[in-house]
Amino acid sequence: MEALIEKLKEQIIKQLNLEDITPADINEEDSLFGEGLGLDSIDALELIVLLEKEYGIRIENPKDGQKIFFSIKTMAEFIQEHQKK
Amino acid sequence: MAEGVVVTGMGIVSSIGFNVDETLHSLMIGKTGIGKISILETIHRDEFVLGEIKLTHQQLMEKLGVDLNLPWTRTALLGVWAARQAYQSAGLSTNSGKRIGLVSASTVGGMDRSELYYKDFLTDAIHKNHIDTHHAGNSTEMIADDLNIHDYLTTISTACSSSLNSIMFGARLLKHNLLDAVIVGGTDALSRFTLNGFNTLMILDHEHCRPFDATRRGLNLGEGAGYLVLERTSDAIAGKKQMIAKVAGYANANDAFHQTASSDNGEGPFLAMKLAIAKAGLQPDEIDYINVHGTGTDNNDLTEGVAMKRLFGDQVPPFSSTKAFTGHTLGATGVIESIISILSMNNDKVFPNINFKEVIEEINLVPVSQLTDLNINHVLTNSFGFGGNDSSVVFSKVQSNISRT
Amino acid sequence: MLAPTYIDGSGAVVPQPTMNQDKFLEEILEYNERFLQVVSPVYKDYIDVKLLRRMSKIVKMSLVSARVAMQQAGVDQVDAIMTGTGMGCQIDTEKFLNAMIENGESLLTPTSFIQSTHNTMGGQIALMLGNKNHNLAYVHRTFSFESALLDAMMMIAEKEAQKVLVGGIDEITEESWLIKTQIDYYKKNACKNSAVYNDLQPGALSGEGSAFFVLSADRSEKTYAQLKGVSTLYKPGSNNELEDFIKRFLVTNELELSDIDLVIMGNNGDPVFDRVYEDLATDLLKTIPTGRFKHLCGEYDTASSFALWIASGILRHQHVPSTISQHPFKGKKPKNILIYNHFRTINHSLILVTTPDVS
Repeated sequence: MEALIEKLKEQIIKQLNLEDITPADINEEDSLFGEGLGLDSIDALELIVLLEKEYGIRIENPKDGQKIFFSIKTMAEFIQEHQKK
Repeated sequence: MAEGVVVTGMGIVSSIGFNVDETLHSLMIGKTGIGKISILETIHRDEFVLGEIKLTHQQLMEKLGVDLNLPWTRTALLGVWAARQAYQSAGLSTNSGKRIGLVSASTVGGMDRSELYYKDFLTDAIHKNHIDTHHAGNSTEMIADDLNIHDYLTTISTACSSSLNSIMFGARLLKHNLLDAVIVGGTDALSRFTLNGFNTLMILDHEHCRPFDATRRGLNLGEGAGYLVLERTSDAIAGKKQMIAKVAGYANANDAFHQTASSDNGEGPFLAMKLAIAKAGLQPDEIDYINVHGTGTDNNDLTEGVAMKRLFGDQVPPFSSTKAFTGHTLGATGVIESIISILSMNNDKVFPNINFKEVIEEINLVPVSQLTDLNINHVLTNSFGFGGNDSSVVFSKVQSNISRT
Repeated sequence: MLAPTYIDGSGAVVPQPTMNQDKFLEEILEYNERFLQVVSPVYKDYIDVKLLRRMSKIVKMSLVSARVAMQQAGVDQVDAIMTGTGMGCQIDTEKFLNAMIENGESLLTPTSFIQSTHNTMGGQIALMLGNKNHNLAYVHRTFSFESALLDAMMMIAEKEAQKVLVGGIDEITEESWLIKTQIDYYKKNACKNSAVYNDLQPGALSGEGSAFFVLSADRSEKTYAQLKGVSTLYKPGSNNELEDFIKRFLVTNELELSDIDLVIMGNNGDPVFDRVYEDLATDLLKTIPTGRFKHLCGEYDTASSFALWIASGILRHQHVPSTISQHPFKGKKPKNILIYNHFRTINHSLILVTTPDVS
């Protein structure tokens, strides 16, 4: 799980072009949207593509994203549950 | 400078008709143009339904009798088709000594060809003549050359509000006496770029769209072109022109909230509608019908509804979205829906918001879902685009010279 | 004509240093490149770092130029925003298009698609300012900036706006440059910008840039120039028609040729199409000092916005920099400057800028 979380942090930083941020800056339980990292709805769509590209998991309804992407931890848990590759 | 502006000609092509009469007919009988993809070559062919014009590129060129040696984009061909109709319907002539301009709009531009030939462009191969057809102004110039228009040209590109903005800009050019007649509107062809682009936003419905319905899942793309000819009222009268409608009011506002989503209280849409109605010298309760932007996306329909309630209170006028007929024609949507609004007004009919079944609880607004008789003197049409670009136009009936076109 | 329109502020991000307002085109950068690229400001100084991540070069250039113009004009807000761009957001368009082609239309991401729409610059400026007013984008090659100017002038004349922000922006990329070399729009091999007008390679030296202006309905102590008029001409049938266009423009603005102190022309190093400028300079405009500017910024559709930046700077400083003057400027203190630009004889435009009228 730890390794997945670290990998996720790096992938997110890269996908969303978060230039000034390092994995150490992101706490796995912090909220990604709103107050925490300040991501928005477009970033949510980017993360949906990330999930499919890197982990083979397809999300059909963007609204499901809210729960899954709440934090790095919830993302990692979701991936572990559903990962196909 | 308080001189009025009227519409003296119209031309339109979309999946519901190749001219004004066909368009009216489809609207009257509830015939949608949205269906399976058969022309656009895409791997998503079986996933989506679109408002596609069922003619290939070659067929379009032949139908229009254009010079096959010129590099035509689909966007330009659709534009020429509609612009010619408008020009003829207004009885324009470039030999008349009048200053005639063209204000067009496009979001796709020549991308319908560029995306096919892009890899070629980089290797100096056979499609080089399409390198310079990519930019948004190209279709405008192809239309201008086809109709021999020189006096003023420009192209507006503000996403989905583009062709309403063309109408506004053209009207203002007339009011400042910079032109005597202006052809205004826009054109956009379907392309893989836009289909895939909208798909990444996850706002496309895999089925026929349901504007303003609680279960809506997104929009259906469409393609088409539309043009109006505008002239100063005094010139139209002096020239004994048919006066199809008055361009009574218009406004452009910016939501300034987010690149693609509208603000929760629909501030941009609210301002656009409010200012357009005020510019027409009217009160909100004088608007008889609204042709809403109504794309069928979660965000648009909700925020447009919120904005309407803010402006009209409990007295939201009868409204419908006609995007379930034509699809969302992007750069052409403003003018296509303006023509539909004018047809609506001049025939005293509200064309239905197809596929509506369940009201959106948060706004509790019920669109008109059957063809309905209604006396319409003033109609409002909305087009709201990416980048928070929101536009509204009010057309008013010309009382003494009603044309049933 | 339309109502008096004053220039209160301007900002430019171009392949030359422009941020030091006191050193007006004194330190000129020399290049020997295939295309010229802007001198990038430290974007973090102007734009929130959290927002920067999604922005491509063209958006960043626009935001900085707009900010500088507004700072100079001493305004926090404007009544309208108009932008002109010939090719729009090339970087984002290429990103999305290439990804679409290479990935067979799958696994595509939204950011570059969203950012590729032509009104992105205007939209981002509106977001930056929280500005809910009129906001249009004109995309018609070398008419783009001129259309934006016309819209602004009309708005001021309509009394719908007191202060308007107008800008012209275009960016160059390796790929879009390469594509245009295939049709001889741009030179294929590097050349010295200082020698561009003698370079015989077909095409122009390509470049990029952004220039924004705050236009005002009223003259104030911030005002340093006046935008008198703008006009465009499409595909003139002959040289005569072009000359008539210029003469008519002057008549409309109640000026004679002898009133013009300087004509800034859009020569871009294209050996074929620069002849139009040379013919004018030796014929209709032979008695008027001429200047050229595209050796500083390269050719791009909205380069006339940089020409306006230069012209209004000349009027402000009352000095014609030697770098733009074709011959040593011996004229009197500049009062009326004409800018003339054309794109391959298809799109021609004129902008007239003067010292502010005493009103």
